[in-house]
Amino acid sequence: MAGRFLVVGIGNPQRGDDGAGRAVVAWLRGRLPQAVELTVQDGEAVALLDRFTGTAAVWLVDACVSGRAPGTLRRFDAVAAPLPEALRSCSTHGLGPAQAIELARALGQLPGRCRVHVIEGAEFAPGAGLSPAVAAAVPEVGARIASEVAAAWRATGADHA
Amino acid sequence: MTRKTIQVNYLARVEGEGALKVVIRKGRVQRAELSIFEPPRFFEALLRGRDCSEAPDITARICGICPVAYQMSAVHAIERALGIEVTGALRDLRRLLYCGEWIESHALHIYLLHAPDFLGYAGGIDMARDHPEAVRRGLGLKQAGNRLMALLGGREIHPINVRVGGFYKVPERSALQALVEPLEQAREAALATLAWAAEFDFPARERDYVFVALRHPQEYPCNEGRIVSNRGLDIDAEDYEREFGEIQVARSTAHQSRLRDGTSYLVGPLARYSLNFDRLFPDVQRAARAAGLGSECRNPYRSILVRAVEVLQACSEALRIIDGYQAPPQPAVEFSPRAGIGWAATEAPRGLLYHRYQLHADGSIAAAYIVPPTAQNQSSIEADLADYIQGFLDLPDEALRHRCEQTVRNYDPCISCATHFLRLDWDRE
Repeated sequence: MAGRFLVVGIGNPQRGDDGAGRAVVAWLRGRLPQAVELTVQDGEAVALLDRFTGTAAVWLVDACVSGRAPGTLRRFDAVAAPLPEALRSCSTHGLGPAQAIELARALGQLPGRCRVHVIEGAEFAPGAGLSPAVAAAVPEVGARIASEVAAAWRATGADHA
Repeated sequence: MTRKTIQVNYLARVEGEGALKVVIRKGRVQRAELSIFEPPRFFEALLRGRDCSEAPDITARICGICPVAYQMSAVHAIERALGIEVTGALRDLRRLLYCGEWIESHALHIYLLHAPDFLGYAGGIDMARDHPEAVRRGLGLKQAGNRLMALLGGREIHPINVRVGGFYKVPERSALQALVEPLEQAREAALATLAWAAEFDFPARERDYVFVALRHPQEYPCNEGRIVSNRGLDIDAEDYEREFGEIQVARSTAHQSRLRDGTSYLVGPLARYSLNFDRLFPDVQRAARAAGLGSECRNPYRSILVRAVEVLQACSEALRIIDGYQAPPQPAVEFSPRAGIGWAATEAPRGLLYHRYQLHADGSIAAAYIVPPTAQNQSSIEADLADYIQGFLDLPDEALRHRCEQTVRNYDPCISCATHFLRLDWDRE
């Protein structure tokens, strides 16, 4: 196959629902073709951009705050369009996943497939675990990503190994 | 006469929330006021009652881009209060970690925040479409800094491996050796950065700044040195508060620092460079001169070049440290709590960062006082605007607004450290 498949769970596990991305990656372990790389990250743009190198398809999963009900799932095709304004980092020094995607697009480094799954968070207190609504959403978003990865994987004609 | 107000809601590419008001009367800039309305963050009060060992991790949270600076000023001040000294390989590792932060912070500012001003783009992402090779080079540089931070600090942002007395864990020599090749590439990229930025068009603006920076007997300053100025100041960090004071201004939640006689002063790359040119490695000095810099730089628009020089120095210094590194037998110097007071200043990417801690006998913090570089530079930013913008008043409004923003960005101000975006008001009659 040309290029790797990569799933990145983004967030800080010490900050309540910000750990959602990592929890999804933990749920996905053992449920994807072995060649699909699973990783977790804090979302720093340059490090994330670095991970895109040589990648054919990437799934990012992260928590977000947009005012929707906790546990709400949304999916974006970042190849088709930039992430909505509301999901962009409000910091200029701390560049986040949305900036990494736009930099990758500008530099011609955006993988051919780039899906972003977000889970609406409720609590981000230091040291807290996932809130019930977010914890309940983790298997669902995990299953969605697993299904998308499997379909994309089959399309490459690779063995399920 | 027509009175004109131009309001811009967001000045992008600076960190923190603030506003800028320029008052123009009869064709003359009367004054420029930088207002910071970033909410107060109460870190000094937060530290009171906490154990001194917690200070590096608490203060690291003041800033996502220069957490190492906060950790370093904190540990040095607390170690002084405790009467312990960190030397040898542990000291070298701290300096190496600081090199990582300088590389990371400067590369980000040069390529994604400042260069777009010179090349006429709204931001780094727009610039990347037309200058992909340059931006890739910048990102590669930043990544070299990130790798140093991740290896020594445990992660790229808000490192967790720094403690009073040293580190929680020190790397093996082999782990550092793996960074030699990326750092050698980074050094080449830094040289290319300098040559690239040297071609920019720099407004010919200079002021007679009072430069304040650390100075060390042998090294380009980073963790250690005396606080010196180009006006003859030469003091230990212990005497910082005797020479410098903070004032409150109604428009800002950040304090403004002044010399005790009321003079504003400048900290950061221009000050460091101008006071320590002779401490740069000879080949770095040559590269600086080849880029058109002298042994002193008073033009803040050229700070992009000085940052590139400092990235080059930091890459060379990192390689030097790695070359001589042998893992120390202990990751940290042990200490016993005691009552005391300690002061330290280190060189954050944006300039001098002063910390003072008073400790109780059980090692808990009785008082903490922190003066970040952007608070020190605020009045200098205002003075630059008042002075430089006069010469640009015949520009169309949009170009003039851009020039104001660029003048602020020269400082790479970290407003969230000092107390998120800048609103710009023109008051013109």
